[in-house]
Amino acid sequence: MIVRILGEGQFDVPDTDRSTLDGLEEALNTAVDGNDEQAFAAALGALAAAVRKAGVQLAPDSFTSSDLVVPFADASLAETKSLLDEPGGERT
Amino acid sequence: MGVMKRMSGILQAKTNKLLDKAEDPRESLDLSYQKLLENLQKVRRSVADVTTAKKRIELQATQLQAQADKLQQQAKDALTQNREDLAREALARRAALAPQLADLQTQHQQVADQEQKLIVTAQNLQTQVDAFRTKKETMKATYTAAEAQTKIGEAVSGISESMGDAGMSVQRAQDKIDSMQARAGAMDELLASGALTDLTNPVDDIQAQLDQVSASSTVDNDLAALKAEIGAGAQAQLGPADDAPAKDSDGAPA
Repeated sequence: MIVRILGEGQFDVPDTDRSTLDGLEEALNTAVDGNDEQAFAAALGALAAAVRKAGVQLAPDSFTSSDLVVPFADASLAETKSLLDEPGGERT
Repeated sequence: MGVMKRMSGILQAKTNKLLDKAEDPRESLDLSYQKLLENLQKVRRSVADVTTAKKRIELQATQLQAQADKLQQQAKDALTQNREDLAREALARRAALAPQLADLQTQHQQVADQEQKLIVTAQNLQTQVDAFRTKKETMKATYTAAEAQTKIGEAVSGISESMGDAGMSVQRAQDKIDSMQARAGAMDELLASGALTDLTNPVDDIQAQLDQVSASSTVDNDLAALKAEIGAGAQAQLGPADDAPAKDSDGAPA
């Protein structure tokens, strides 16, 4: 699957790593919902690091759409939350 | 739905806005290329903005540092003149500048990070521009109308996603600059109001007092010198050295 980290680029991550990413994302979701700044920073850092580690960065000229998108890795909780409020970010 | 899918949806929404719904998929390649070029210009302008913001912070930090150094020197001068009260005041003001300086350093680091990221974004977009220019012509020439529909669609949404990401990065940098500009403006006002002692005003109150002390000691010294001179003159008494004032009727200079 193709995962984009905003501001950084796209990574081709093996599907076998999906469950790892899911687990890390769950921690991120909880931190966002619980408004926990510290947990958020840790979870976002861990998720971005896992994507970089498991994935192979795509060349900028690969012109592929992503399956998943990780927020800016150094973003604050407030910044990410305001981004999630933008159109398209609804939890359908 | 998790954060990653939601983020994906947001990027998708931004991407859809970027995409022109061209009838002919081949035409959408040219439109995307045009957008890509505009996007690159936008990112480059943003890099320039961030660099300007960074320079402004550097300038303020230099001014504050100069102010701190000056207060340190004034404290030293005050002690030399046995004015511990003034020295204490100068050091207290110097200490008050420390958090301001630390704040500027933090801001500088943040702006430098933004600058670095945008430079990379600009480089990546440049790579995309170069690659897409060739690719779109190949695609136009190779694909049949039916193939073009899917293949070109993929490439166009891929490139649009990158542009969406770049657009978000630019927006992010702009937001950071805006909040920094506000703080930098406040700092300029603070420097100008004299609250931090304006450097453009060479004589501040501490300096004025130090100057006064040194002026009065100069007067004391001069007075002592004069007294000594007069004392010596009275002893020697070799006749007056003064010139008699010129007469009113004859004011011609010699």
